[in-house]
Amino acid sequence: MQMHIDFIAEARRQSEICNACRYCEGYCSVFPALHRERAFSDGDITQLANLCHNCRGCYYACQYTAPHEFDLNLPQALANVRQDSWKAHAWPARFAHVFDRNGVAMTGLLVLGFGLIFALAQGMRPASGEGFYAYLSHGLMVAIFSPAFLLPLLTIAISLRGYWTTVGGGRLRWTDLRGAFALAGQMKNLKGGHGDGCNFEDEDRFSHARRHFHQAVLYGFLMCFAATSSGTVLHYVFGLEAPYSFVSIPKLLGVPGGILLCIGTAGLAWLKTKADPELGASGAWGGEMAFVLLLFSVSATGLALYAATGSGAVSWLLPLHLATVLTFFLLTPYSKMAHGFYRLAALTRENAKQRGDA
Amino acid sequence: MATDPDIVVIGGGNAALCAAITAAEAGAKVVILEAAPKAYRGGNSRHTRNFRCMHSGPLGPLVESYGEDEYFDDLMKVTGGKTDEDLARLAIRSSEECLPWMESHGVRFQPSLSGTLSLARTNAFFLGGGKSLVNAYYRTAKKLGVVVHYDAKVTHVALDGDRVCRVDYSTGDTQHSLSPQSVIVASGGFQADTDWLARAWGPAARNFLIRGTPYNRGVVLADLLDQGVQQVGDPTQCHAVAIDGRAPKFDGGIVTRLDCVPFSIVVNRDAERFYDEGEDVWPKRYAIWGRLVAAQPDQVGHVIIDAKSLNLFMPSVFPPIKADTLEELAEKMGLPPARLRATVKEFNRACGDTSGFHPTELDGVATSGLTPPKTNWARPITQAPFYGYSLRTGVTFTYLGLKVDRNAQCSIGDRPISNLWAAGETMAGSILGQGYLAGFGMTIGTVFGRIAGKEAAAHANAH
Ligand SMILES: Cc1cc2nc3c(=O)[nH]c(=O)nc-3n(C[C@H](O)[C@H](O)[C@H](O)COP(=O)(O)OP(=O)(O)OC[C@H]3O[C@@H](n4cnc5c(N)ncnc54)[C@H](O)[C@@H]3O)c2cc1C
Ligand code: SF4
Ligand code: SF4
Repeated sequence: MQMHIDFIAEARRQSEICNACRYCEGYCSVFPALHRERAFSDGDITQLANLCHNCRGCYYACQYTAPHEFDLNLPQALANVRQDSWKAHAWPARFAHVFDRNGVAMTGLLVLGFGLIFALAQGMRPASGEGFYAYLSHGLMVAIFSPAFLLPLLTIAISLRGYWTTVGGGRLRWTDLRGAFALAGQMKNLKGGHGDGCNFEDEDRFSHARRHFHQAVLYGFLMCFAATSSGTVLHYVFGLEAPYSFVSIPKLLGVPGGILLCIGTAGLAWLKTKADPELGASGAWGGEMAFVLLLFSVSATGLALYAATGSGAVSWLLPLHLATVLTFFLLTPYSKMAHGFYRLAALTRENAKQRGDA
Repeated sequence: MATDPDIVVIGGGNAALCAAITAAEAGAKVVILEAAPKAYRGGNSRHTRNFRCMHSGPLGPLVESYGEDEYFDDLMKVTGGKTDEDLARLAIRSSEECLPWMESHGVRFQPSLSGTLSLARTNAFFLGGGKSLVNAYYRTAKKLGVVVHYDAKVTHVALDGDRVCRVDYSTGDTQHSLSPQSVIVASGGFQADTDWLARAWGPAARNFLIRGTPYNRGVVLADLLDQGVQQVGDPTQCHAVAIDGRAPKFDGGIVTRLDCVPFSIVVNRDAERFYDEGEDVWPKRYAIWGRLVAAQPDQVGHVIIDAKSLNLFMPSVFPPIKADTLEELAEKMGLPPARLRATVKEFNRACGDTSGFHPTELDGVATSGLTPPKTNWARPITQAPFYGYSLRTGVTFTYLGLKVDRNAQCSIGDRPISNLWAAGETMAGSILGQGYLAGFGMTIGTVFGRIAGKEAAAHANAH
């Protein structure tokens, strides 16, 4: 695992200035963690970077930003290390470069996925089956999507183990993990230390827009995920097959989940166009934007597919939706989606440190 | 002129913003003239971290209570009695209502920073520091319709008898004039004008560093004093501390602070000690070291510590100079190596029993038979590697200012100037003759800024 020396060195230089200043202590969990140290190892810097959620409060509050010679831009310095740490821990390592070319990877996968599924649906159209299964048999769907879902999870797990070693994590404790989930669930840090939110879309104005849209994405995503899982349970445990009616668990979760996801991703994309790209990771803007839009497509095509039930549009909407889902799954370890996993790991580590575990 | 505002506020720091907001809330049309570009707006206020606040019970981030008399006593101690009691008590008493006012105008507080627990009861810390406070006030002012001109340097405030008739300012090469009903001066001291400092202090002042903004050059202050506006404060006095000698000439701010002196010996250019480094806990001695260093040849000092003391103080922005021997350290710091070795040897020999060493209390671990003595934390400097920092005088602010009354109003001769008020650093000499109490600068700016804004608006509204 090789991380970019320049990024680490720059983040370290800035962290040392912050450590002499401390004015931003109350904004987020980065600063208390930073102020506990006197010297910063590469692992410390990597951990700090993954605790930062780029709210930018500390940039607009800083008396040392350019043109001052100290040239502070902690959100960017940490974003560069963060992005780089995901690449350095990516597994298999040869896919690390996908982070830099999310847009290209995504287009390629979408086209391929669409072609594949469309061809399968045309060529191997089942003799019987209802709803989607009239186009693509259940067995075939499972054959494609089980590995597409499980393999990325496996690679993420391997990456996280690497991260854990880098940041010097010891035994994983249940209480730390629980604490991390609680923090992430409320997105406490996104409120900013004062509860007024982030500085994102309009320089130093604090707002909750980013937190609310992000919440919509997270909970929308989880509801969609739960919808699919409940479908699987209904299918295998109760022998109830799709399509499900509107008043069924999969639909009651999936439709509002899809809508939330649509609104959240659209909102985040819009905020991203307003925010200053100079405060994020260099060169990552395009990939992040592509990823948000992909997630938007997942939810939008899902909703469209539901609306089109019974019509001929299903023949192309279904492959399109499935191709977005497939792309999303496959890119999870090599895209912005990875941040959720790393952030949980970082919060878990921080909880352990706060308990006094070195 | 049809476009003249009701009120012109000169300056763009805390005092100016508190005045502008208060006046705008009273219905006045306000223009702020800020000499700095937007990126550097906010003067010295952008470098601050807290303000000192009286409170009769827990208030916001402040714990317990801090009453008027205790606050006043603290002030008297640092100023050696050179305090205008009436104005000081006015500032102290009003500070309590400032905190909720600040919050309702966008300022956010945080608990006392790590490493500053001793201030948790007396000083309320701004979340994000002074620049976030300034940002919040600019947002609030904008919402109230206050117009801000950046890069707008006021060159002359024209007096006509006991009235200001015009304010001249320049943006780049262009000259402008405004003729408002009321004028508020909040443009700080003159410390950034090195020539003026050198006139007041002597040529040594050219080697001083300025901790805050380069824009406080005292142009408006000099202009008004030249026209006979009443002055206050000793022109030769400034508040100065010892900071890292590698700090930039201007705007180095808080991070250039060095807290290692109590655990060190401090020598001058000739590697000689010149003062008791362990006289008192650092916050109480921080301010005198600016003067001590200023009095040494070339206005520099050199702090020498050894490995055992490195982690006893807050880290600072520049890493220490490090060497395995004292001679090598001396070499790196430009000190005579043999002389440094001898000074350290002499110091080490004068150290006694160090078992009572306690880094955060006056521990009485002292030297014996040494001049000057070190009266606390005196441990021999023996353990390699050795570390060094250079010290220079860092000027925080100057004391010369405009004399104001309880209404923040300026005067000429013995008459008040009917439409001129002053707030913040530029009139702080009306309250403090010397010395300084941490967090009192922002208190003065907030209290008198609000008073000036209210009075100036009342005057403008009456016309
Ligand atoms: C590093 C540092 C840390 C400090 N920390 C604290 C602290 O924690 N708590 C505290 O209470 N005090 C602190 N102080 C002192 C504090 O900064 C001042 O007391 C306070 O900021 C004064 O506010 P002010 O509005 O009067 O002046 P300033 O904030 O300095 O504002 C003066 C303004 O006038 C403008 N100006 C100057 N000349 C002109 C002109 N000719 N035309 C137009 N505009 C002009 C300047 O650009 C500036 O915007 C600190 C000072 C420094 C240097
Ligand atoms: S970002 Fe700037 S203001 Fe905040 S702690 Fe760091 S140096 Fe201080
Ligand atoms: S950008 Fe926000 S989360 Fe990141 S270090 Fe700064 S204040 Fe903390």
